[in-house]
Amino acid sequence: MYAFEYHRPSSSKEALDLAAKKSEGRFLAGGQSLVQAMKLRLSSPSDLIDLNAVADLKTLKVEGSTVAVGAMVRHAEVAGSSAVQKAIPALAELAGMIGDRQVRHMGTLGGSLANSDPAADYPAAVLGLGATITTNKRKIEADKFFKGLYETALAPGELITQVSFPAPKRAAYMKFKNPASRFAMVGVFVADFGGGNVRVAVTGAGPCAFRQAEMEKALAAKFAPESVASIKVKADGLNNDLHASPEYRAHLITVMAKRAVEAALK
Amino acid sequence: MNAPLIGARIERKEDYRFLTGAGQYTDDISVPGQAYAAFVRSPHAHANIKSIRSDKAKASAGVLAVYTGADLAAAKVGGLTCGWLITDVNGQPMKEPAHPCLAQGKVRYVGDHVAVVVADTAEQARDAAEKVEVDYEALPAVVDPVKARAKGAPALHDIAPDNTCYVWSLGDKAKVDEAFAKAAHVTKLDFVNNRLIPNAIEPRAAIGVYNRADQAYTVYVANQNPHVERLLMTAFVLGLPEHKVRVVAPDVGGGFGSKIYLYAEDVVVTWAAKQLNRPVKWTSDRSEAFVSDAHGRDHVTTAELALDNDGKFLAMRVRTTANLGAYLSTFASCIPTILYATLLAGQYTTPLIHCEVTSVFTNTTPVDAYRGAGRPEATYVVERLVETAARELKIDPAEIRRRNFIRDFPYQTPVALQYDTGNYEATLDAVLKLGDVAGFQARKEQSLKNGKLRGIGYAAYIEACGIAPSAVAGSLGARAGLFEAGEVRVHPTGSVTVFTGSHSHGQGHETTFAQVVADRLGIPIENVDIVHGDTAKILFGMGTYGSRSIAVGGTAIVKAMDKIIAKGKKIAAHLLEASESDIEYDRGEFKVAGTDRKKMFGEIAFAAYVPHNYPHDKLEPGLNENAFYDPANFTFPAGTYVCEVEVDRDTGQVTIERFAAVDDFGKIINPMIVEGQVHGGLAQGIGQALTEGCRYDASGQLVTGSFMDYCLPRAGDVPSFKVDTRETPCTHNPLGVKGCGEAGAIGAPAAVMNAITDALGVKDLSMPATAQTVWRSLQQKAA
Repeated sequence: MYAFEYHRPSSSKEALDLAAKKSEGRFLAGGQSLVQAMKLRLSSPSDLIDLNAVADLKTLKVEGSTVAVGAMVRHAEVAGSSAVQKAIPALAELAGMIGDRQVRHMGTLGGSLANSDPAADYPAAVLGLGATITTNKRKIEADKFFKGLYETALAPGELITQVSFPAPKRAAYMKFKNPASRFAMVGVFVADFGGGNVRVAVTGAGPCAFRQAEMEKALAAKFAPESVASIKVKADGLNNDLHASPEYRAHLITVMAKRAVEAALK
Repeated sequence: MNAPLIGARIERKEDYRFLTGAGQYTDDISVPGQAYAAFVRSPHAHANIKSIRSDKAKASAGVLAVYTGADLAAAKVGGLTCGWLITDVNGQPMKEPAHPCLAQGKVRYVGDHVAVVVADTAEQARDAAEKVEVDYEALPAVVDPVKARAKGAPALHDIAPDNTCYVWSLGDKAKVDEAFAKAAHVTKLDFVNNRLIPNAIEPRAAIGVYNRADQAYTVYVANQNPHVERLLMTAFVLGLPEHKVRVVAPDVGGGFGSKIYLYAEDVVVTWAAKQLNRPVKWTSDRSEAFVSDAHGRDHVTTAELALDNDGKFLAMRVRTTANLGAYLSTFASCIPTILYATLLAGQYTTPLIHCEVTSVFTNTTPVDAYRGAGRPEATYVVERLVETAARELKIDPAEIRRRNFIRDFPYQTPVALQYDTGNYEATLDAVLKLGDVAGFQARKEQSLKNGKLRGIGYAAYIEACGIAPSAVAGSLGARAGLFEAGEVRVHPTGSVTVFTGSHSHGQGHETTFAQVVADRLGIPIENVDIVHGDTAKILFGMGTYGSRSIAVGGTAIVKAMDKIIAKGKKIAAHLLEASESDIEYDRGEFKVAGTDRKKMFGEIAFAAYVPHNYPHDKLEPGLNENAFYDPANFTFPAGTYVCEVEVDRDTGQVTIERFAAVDDFGKIINPMIVEGQVHGGLAQGIGQALTEGCRYDASGQLVTGSFMDYCLPRAGDVPSFKVDTRETPCTHNPLGVKGCGEAGAIGAPAAVMNAITDALGVKDLSMPATAQTVWRSLQQKAA
């Protein structure tokens, strides 16, 4: 790890003021990706602006049919929240599947989204539920947030403060894990909001999370496993690595989507 | 006299210290004034070094020195040596290319050691290491051992044409070929035994210390055999007087073979300590471990079994190309030969076997022994062939094994070994019950109803442990003896310290050996301490590998105890005013035969050290004995495993539903520790079959260089094992023990792959059988 200046602001404003001054600085959320990269000397920020003492980013509220999660809320809190379990059980389940116990007790929603790892779980829920990402500057729709490999709509110095998830009628997340990393090799989030509004979001398979329009259309017509079971997903542009070829990932999208629909109907 | 301790499930004496964080690993040791080393490693698989500039690194904060290969050459530091000479098919010695401790003009694998930086702190050493400027001229690389022999392949070493270290064979080729020509049936398989990366939980570490006062060195190192480390380092590499070097291998967190060897880092920190007159410490991080710890396995094999129509094995023919990596690691040469081909008889009476092994250099990390070392590869050959033959001939897989089991002992195999004892039918019968093989068909139908495929697979393995009779090993090329040493020091009050040349790095010797001693001396186990891992304390030792500790090291301790008891009888005879020939010894009691007159062990110890009433004319005072033990033969643990898998047809995901293992380890000292060894071995064997596979890309970059890509099995990947044992005591050591450390890793891969190929209805599938691999196989079958 290279040397860096460490800051621990106690408010979002203080954090943003620091970020404005430190152009080579980085926000530190749960540190589950950034700290690893720093330890491997792959990342060398001049300053770390630690958000862990910023209380206003740690709120978790369920109001009506919306679950509002502060950027610094940890995965374990979302997974264990009875309010979230009641409002959007699929969201709580997804949070409970991220990484391992240690990761879930450090990692945060905001950190995960800002990093936009192609194999992260949360992007599937954000996109699959059509969540709204609130930053210090604006509100960003999920559909406009994920731009590419580790690339988001966030501008330099922009800080996610909260994410609002609308509660669907039913939803489920199915994840086929990379055997080594346990990240999603393919994860599919399916949400049915009723009235033909169905969203299907895929993570782990492409450069960033994306929606699967053909499946959404088929499920809007009939929300049943057989609606997606025979949809052949194109392998073009999907990720290729040691563990899964684009063809295998394409196949798994269909299998996981079918299983997610089955789970949502249970 | 205590209750018998042999066979008791005694909780491990060492667990208190490990579980409470009081263990003392090499990295826990800090020597006053120590500096830290960081190694500059090659990013290229194959390159010429045109120049190395270290002025920036030398000017970096806290840096004490930067050394390169040129510095070592100027100081006449030798290269690493190989401990086993293989003689090739033409009677020529194997090719032994120089293996410099820091590269001499060329690098040959990613991770090859190029330079070392020593600084006041570990971070400073790392920072400076990044500032060492190495100008490389990249060369084409070869990672595949078969391609490495092809015409025009990149050449690693001038002295090894075709990148070949040796072509070696065992068995009568003409007779084997003749048997194949006449055979009613031939089963043939081509497969790869996948390369594995050991990954002990504790990474390697070493501290070199030099003391000007007595010109002596101390080396703390995570190592499985401190005396061997010392011998290799002093006699072959640094040219130091052996008595001036103390090697301490303290608590070691797992080895699996990877900590047997003398590594360049150990040599360099020891040498640098004297140059700088400062202790020099190096601790590998996990990324460094992936590229610099010796890897395991990596065979490409064609194997054939000739049978008659009744399924009787007539002959076996095996051709293997073994990947040695870029250089010869300490025992690399004997793994794919002496520890491999000699095991190809398995549990069977196959009368004719021929095996040819071509060992090849490639631009990859050196390959050496890894848990099982040659024997898992041999078992995979034999048991995949046998199971495949059974399927082809439509004979039940248990039945075909029964038709070929060795039943008469001792049994001379056609591949040099003589099995002293065994009962293969007993372990097979037991595992069929333990695994409820009778219920398999019903479970398979249930799986099918659930949309899953189910398969069953067997593996009946044999291993040669307790390496080795030194004369035999020497005749096969070993450059060392393979005995073991032990010392039993009885204290005046009757407690005992035992010094053993074996080394425990997770095996629980401090408990097992103490059980053996306490049982024989009739004293509480709390009164026995086992000391290992320090050349200054222990008279000598060959260390721990190849499941040899209890059979060889344990026997040396028993022999030392025999001398203690013999002397104790003399003392007892004097004290009891009886004839020595009338003294009987039984676990702590010296009795005059046929009377109730006796002396307890503690009384004898006291008399030996407070010799007021003592036969001084005949005996020296004190009670301390040494023994060396050179085994008469290998030991031959054997067993049968049955694995049942389920396959998810949609994803290709394999789950192990049941795994039953029945082993014959001879006499068992502590069944709880043995079960732990079996569980760990099975997990490693399952890892090889299902999850683990080291992969390089064509340019020689390690693709599986972290746990993000290299998949060690987790608890959830293995089932709740059913394990049991059967016992045929070893005939040639006093404890009747055979060894148990590697069995699981030896038998499991074949059992798992036999089960998966059964489920899929395919002849073969490559390891690791990841979900993608299985899915592809299902796709091919459907097409």
